[in-house]
Amino acid sequence: MQSLVIVAHGSHLNPESSTPTHTHAETIRETGVFDEVRTGFWKEEPSLRDVLRTARGDDIYVVPLFISEGYFTERVIPRELRLEGWDPELWDSDGISADTATLVASDIDNAVHYCGPVGTHEAMTDVLIRRAVSVTGDEEVGEGFGFAVVGHGTERNEKSAKAIEYHTERIRETGRFDEVKALFMDEEPEVDDITDQFDSEDIIVVPLFIADGFHTQEDIPEDMGLTDDYREGYDVPAAVDGHRIWYGGAVGTEELTADVILERAADAGAEIGNAIARVRQQTNPTTGAAGE
Amino acid sequence: MSTPESTLTETQLAAFKKAVADGPIDHDGLAAEYDADTKTYRIETPNHQTNFSADELTVDAELAAYITNWYFYTYEVSTAVNKAFCRWLELADDHSVPECYDALESGIDREWGQLRVTTTISADGTRHYELRHVDDSDVDATTLTTHTNPFDAREIGTLDETDRYRPLRTAPSLKTGWIFPDLSAAEVYEAVEAFYPATVVNWHREQRGELDVDHWRDEQDRQSGIYNLITVLPDEAVDWAAAACCDDSQCLKRREWQLSADEPLDADGGDGVFPCRGPCSMVVAAGREWAKLERQDTQTYEFELTPSEKEQLEAIIDAVADGEVDEIREADVSEPANRWRVRYLREKRVDDAGNLSGTSTHPGEQDDT
Repeated sequence: MQSLVIVAHGSHLNPESSTPTHTHAETIRETGVFDEVRTGFWKEEPSLRDVLRTARGDDIYVVPLFISEGYFTERVIPRELRLEGWDPELWDSDGISADTATLVASDIDNAVHYCGPVGTHEAMTDVLIRRAVSVTGDEEVGEGFGFAVVGHGTERNEKSAKAIEYHTERIRETGRFDEVKALFMDEEPEVDDITDQFDSEDIIVVPLFIADGFHTQEDIPEDMGLTDDYREGYDVPAAVDGHRIWYGGAVGTEELTADVILERAADAGAEIGNAIARVRQQTNPTTGAAGE
Repeated sequence: MSTPESTLTETQLAAFKKAVADGPIDHDGLAAEYDADTKTYRIETPNHQTNFSADELTVDAELAAYITNWYFYTYEVSTAVNKAFCRWLELADDHSVPECYDALESGIDREWGQLRVTTTISADGTRHYELRHVDDSDVDATTLTTHTNPFDAREIGTLDETDRYRPLRTAPSLKTGWIFPDLSAAEVYEAVEAFYPATVVNWHREQRGELDVDHWRDEQDRQSGIYNLITVLPDEAVDWAAAACCDDSQCLKRREWQLSADEPLDADGGDGVFPCRGPCSMVVAAGREWAKLERQDTQTYEFELTPSEKEQLEAIIDAVADGEVDEIREADVSEPANRWRVRYLREKRVDDAGNLSGTSTHPGEQDDT
């Protein structure tokens, strides 16, 4: 019997913060490849402290729905889950290559597979590209378009910028878009200057964030000049300084993110059959199965 | 006392025969064993003891009740915690199987926080669970919104009656108007856990005498980052915090955590069915704020107020703390916390800089307004 436990930050103030976690949990639940899919949160319930005791599997896969390695994935989550003998070195990561470590969680006296965060998995690149498709409604989107991956920056966590750069480079390597650049909220190149950063008339902008909140719904749209006041909303695309900006919001809300969670668990040894293929098909906006 | 409605299906009878052939059964008053040499079943319930030859096993209604009960708890409820919860729901530890079955015919109601769970039974012993808000107990089910997916419970519990976010799932602010009319044993467990996460598992640990409590000092020691600050919260403030946040009016969990295992808090822990095993993230976040505020020293101020104005300020504190502001009628100016009364007080007693009675918050310092 195998259990999937998705752990995320959550919020005391914003009910939308945990929405992607629950949506992806439900998508994976529907595949039936796990006997159960549980969710646990730093700021909501069940807490990280209690979540493992809600799981009953012999094989438990814990996947952090976080964008990058850092304070939460390396310190808070292992501590709260009580992973005995945890050391970030077990991931042997260069900052974006954490995969999995198997440790006994003393709360349940059972070994759990603690996976690297969703945001640094290579499959997250596909989710960013999928978001470009869903925001433009064009399965073939690419030519004539610039693509900006937006992140917080290094102010709070240097590894967060690494994840942004990693996916930016991977999207660039596909050769699909005319230009691909990483932009940041609190360091150069800044998202405020987006129209100076791109030659392309059309620019797709996707923040590498898990959930929509004040950064993705208020700060970034205002910083880019999509609107003077986020409460009044903005157009997609929005005209700014001679460019058309296709703003996609937090990538973690894209339904394909469920696929990355599955990839993480599969990398750690979970048996998931063809669930990845099914989720890819089911969450594809152009097949009409998702996002209705 | 018998339950003539109880009947055994062929599947159940076959399962029973197979199980008893594999080894004795001892479950809820039913004791059964099979003697392979004499090909005889020996079956005992509190009121009867019978021997059957292998091909003459006849099951009357009362025995059917015992066997279907065994079957349900053996094959239809999969985990120990689910089993314990279902037994609690039907008061199984307090009654014999026939008594239980009689009560289940008309339905057994139990309350779990603001949830009302009604357990009923089919002739073959399968339990059915109806879940609704306790305040909807007497409401016609057809007027409630029907749900079948137990995971819908999470969404129902996200916003309160006024569409405000409920960051604390066990706050007594669950909205009404919904019903899960027919859940299985596994589903009722999932639904209750979705409404009140981890409450059943922690209750079950407590039932077994294994609840691991994280006291305040444990919590202080564990924190890092910005929550390190709670280490400087004075002990007496922890009592105020527990009284403020963990009272039954604010959270339906029964607080079991104290300052430490040897240092109980004075605040009442509440009467909830399910325990609270440690300060929640809301209490920790609030504790951090209070730790910041408690670093200030007290100061003596002088205010000019009439006696009724002093009482009005106290009544305003009560109204906010007890969540009664919205209940005060628009034109009821006799209520001290009525908006017009408060606006009048502000006009009269608060100066343009926002100082009550014109008294500066930081006397001697330059007024920054």
